[in-house]
Amino acid sequence: MIGSIDPVLLVASLMIASTPILLAAIGEMVVEKAGVLNLGVEGMMIVGAICGFIAAVKTGSPLAGFLGGALAGAAMAALFALLTQVFQSNQVATGLALTLFGLGLSSLIGQGYNGIRPPATARLDLGPLSDIPVLGRMLFSHDWMVYASLGLVAAVWAFLRYSRAGLILRAVGESHDAAHALGYRVVRIRVLALMFGGACAGLGGAYLSLVRVPQWTEGMTAGAGWIALAIVVFASWKAGRVLLGAYLFGGVTVLQLNLQAAGVAIPVQYLSMAPYLITILVLVVISADRSRVALNAPAMLGRNFHASR
Amino acid sequence: MKRRVLLATAAMGLGLATGGAAFAQGMDNVKACFVYVGPIGDGGWTYQHHQGALAVKEAYGDKVEIAWQESVPEGADGERVMTQMALSGCNIIFTTSFGYMDATNAVAGKFPDIKFEHATGYKREHPNVSTYNARFYEGRAVVGHIAGKMTKTNKIGYLASFPIPEVIMGINAYFHHAKLANPDVELVVTWAYTWYDPAKEADAARAMLDQGVDVITAHTDSTAPLAEIAKEGGNAWGFGQASDMAAFMTNDDGSPGPRVASIIDEWAPYYVKRVGALMDGSYEQIDSWAGMPEGEVVIGEMNDAIPADVKAEAQAMIDAITAGDYHPFTGPINRQDGSAWLAEGEVADDGTLLGMTFYIEGITGDIPQ
Amino acid sequence: MIRLERRPTPSRFWTGATPVLAVIATMIAGGILFAALGKNPVEAIRTIFWDPLFGQFASYSRPQLLVKAAPLILIAVGLSFGFRAGIWNIGAEGQYIIGAIFGAAMALAFYPMDAVIVFPLMVLAGAAGGLAWAMIPAVLKIRFNTSEILVSLMLVYVAGHILSAMAFGALRNPEGMGFPGSRNLQQYPAAHNAELIAGSGLHWGTVTAFLAVIVAYVVMQRHILGFQIRVAGEAPRAARFAGVNPARLTAICLGTSGALAGLAGLFEVSGPSGQITPDFASGYGFTAIIVAFLGRLNPLGILLAGLLMALTYIGGELAQLTLALPAAAIQAFQGMLLFFLLAFDMLSNFRIRIGRPEGAQ
Repeated sequence: MIGSIDPVLLVASLMIASTPILLAAIGEMVVEKAGVLNLGVEGMMIVGAICGFIAAVKTGSPLAGFLGGALAGAAMAALFALLTQVFQSNQVATGLALTLFGLGLSSLIGQGYNGIRPPATARLDLGPLSDIPVLGRMLFSHDWMVYASLGLVAAVWAFLRYSRAGLILRAVGESHDAAHALGYRVVRIRVLALMFGGACAGLGGAYLSLVRVPQWTEGMTAGAGWIALAIVVFASWKAGRVLLGAYLFGGVTVLQLNLQAAGVAIPVQYLSMAPYLITILVLVVISADRSRVALNAPAMLGRNFHASR
Repeated sequence: MKRRVLLATAAMGLGLATGGAAFAQGMDNVKACFVYVGPIGDGGWTYQHHQGALAVKEAYGDKVEIAWQESVPEGADGERVMTQMALSGCNIIFTTSFGYMDATNAVAGKFPDIKFEHATGYKREHPNVSTYNARFYEGRAVVGHIAGKMTKTNKIGYLASFPIPEVIMGINAYFHHAKLANPDVELVVTWAYTWYDPAKEADAARAMLDQGVDVITAHTDSTAPLAEIAKEGGNAWGFGQASDMAAFMTNDDGSPGPRVASIIDEWAPYYVKRVGALMDGSYEQIDSWAGMPEGEVVIGEMNDAIPADVKAEAQAMIDAITAGDYHPFTGPINRQDGSAWLAEGEVADDGTLLGMTFYIEGITGDIPQ
Repeated sequence: MIRLERRPTPSRFWTGATPVLAVIATMIAGGILFAALGKNPVEAIRTIFWDPLFGQFASYSRPQLLVKAAPLILIAVGLSFGFRAGIWNIGAEGQYIIGAIFGAAMALAFYPMDAVIVFPLMVLAGAAGGLAWAMIPAVLKIRFNTSEILVSLMLVYVAGHILSAMAFGALRNPEGMGFPGSRNLQQYPAAHNAELIAGSGLHWGTVTAFLAVIVAYVVMQRHILGFQIRVAGEAPRAARFAGVNPARLTAICLGTSGALAGLAGLFEVSGPSGQITPDFASGYGFTAIIVAFLGRLNPLGILLAGLLMALTYIGGELAQLTLALPAAAIQAFQGMLLFFLLAFDMLSNFRIRIGRPEGAQ
């Protein structure tokens, strides 16, 4: 019965299913690399979902929708930045409050937008590529945001690895005092990282409301933002592994549903726990080796910085 | 001690002022209150209950006042909200989720003069508790017939939420009528373990489509499965669930959309009737399980993707159920293991349906435990 | 130029004044929000903050404040130990769930036996469940230096899936007509965590929460453990010299918070909630983190913060009921309250100075 699952279609559908969490996770990874833990991803995502939805419906353009979602997510992140970077509030508590606020705010903004269909996001025409047997259907037949998200992962990877700005960002996450002593503007860098993370989360939310679902309903992110947080940890703060993690987390859901549809009896709840347990395992493995953990987890994660001198 | 007395007097005072008088001779003004499990903006279950609440206001105008509370968690919060409602002068309280069952009965015991109406439950521990439900399986039967006729691959899908009798009943009704319409039909069931998670619902629909399923009915609340079906470009079909989901009836280019029909939960007739009964003094405790005849289960407009003859057959079935001439579970029907359940012409009794934990013959796979 | 200067010790005046300021600011901002929604802002604010305490039916809602606040306070007090020591358990939600499952399973194992011993055994099971769940991040941290923030968070999701599996499987009520959810413990007298004095809101969970506040206060002020916790949080390097064993401290802090969260889950499932259902968890574990910070990690502050949080829940419900305010507006309002409280907190830890600092380049 398992043989009746077509791996080509499985990969194709898991790529789409994973895109929202991939976008949110890659943004959060940059934030955490800068040493900030923002637990408000869910809140930023859902505000991005509704604002993106409204922008797309009002203008008739999905592109405007994605921009709107990104801007709204960034605005939410700016609020978080104001509280944690300027007012020095605790990051964990502020992030949780941001999620609470975002869920409420999005429902308020979204009243009157139920039951509407947003403008369709075009499939990217890759010409002959999508006609390649197997690979064409698997990889080259998606909407353009899927490729944009992959491009974003590559860009973040290159940025952190090769650019000077990326190096500074990582330095801020490793030791804000040292970075400050070297003359870098710790707070400014963190605010920018946060806004980028918020924009990514907003994009992920907009992808849900414009492509994945597409509709607006309250609470539609249904925990995707929390999964994004798990993915960052699973990935041990590496861009490439964020992609892997997003496909694993998204893939487990898709796979269990496909197994069911193929008539295989599976214990759904236990399978759904698996990615989280694997994440813990990964975490243990990377933490146990102290030389490697230094390269991965940002040392200043979750700590506030205040320039005393 | 003092507080207990205070509470008791508050409750009694209200009871005398409002509910107590109503029982005998009816009331001029009624305050009807509604407890919702989700947000009104869910576009499905709670939205439809709220439409029913608004219909009550519409029907009686100034003579009724309605109040509601959304996103009330089941358990302790539900009990507190109901008590607050009872204290604040509600005469009748509708609690619209199965999970409120014990809380509804507990609060009803403390406020004997206020009427409580619990949706989809089975406990009526006090004379002022009524229960109500709708025969959604009647709608499943009709869409099952349409699915059996429309499938090209002979594989139809059911996006199930949780393994509970309500859902199993729907699966059986759907498959039974699909099979009657098309003996070659096969059913694929996918359990999403959620009532509402649009992305997951879309994934589940996608998984079934990838298995060659081309007609899907969902027992979850969002339109995401329809949007996923739409991506098949007119080669697969689905149904609106809970609300009409009319946005998917017609494509932008005017061709018929993926939503070929819908099963609509219409709570308005029941709510209007019960509040009306409270006003004219005819109110009694009941266990209501109404369906198409009473207008509580409605099949939304069928679009032109359905061939005309199938439309006519579906309409005939709707008419027969509405007239009371046909019961969707009429024998012969066997259980999954081949043993006899209903003999020729025998009709299922309500008790068996409400506690249904078995598949009928022809469905493959097991109900998850 | 305006700049912030860290105070050597938090200002006593501002520590007391900021919550009041924050509530006032929230009332103003919330009033604007409610007015924008077409509601009378004064009436809305009064309904949320005044009516549950002194309104017409306050005799009912005042005890309910205690019922709603009890789990928040109990969990938050436990968390405050770790948070002060720089040990971040953000998985209290998971420990709460596992505590409830353990406690309920213990009760159901004895069902329908009517014995006095049942409830104490449930309490032990609940605490043990929460403790065990919290010891996972503790052991991993001690043994492998794994981040307890992330492990405890991951375990929340695992606990959520276990809850669902239990509600549909092992703990399902055999007489429940095939519906998910356990037997209702409110209907099993030996296991029921009933109100100790009817209508008072005092059940064993409320009592335990109050006890926890007192014990935590004494420990933090008077006991060597409190000293160690404070030193570890404020000066981790000095703590080593002061003889603090970090592994032991990690185990104690995570274990305490886990056990208290497990107890909160047990008291909730055996009392106000009554049942293990797939939707049993309603976010108390996360809300308690906010409560812990609002209370400035001080047991007495947490007591007040928990009650304030409960007030916004219950007042918010009243505002929905009487003014037809959407639930979303209440949620956004709570979010604002938290933002203001967190933002104004700065005043107690920092001094605002105008002008350039001396000796700046």
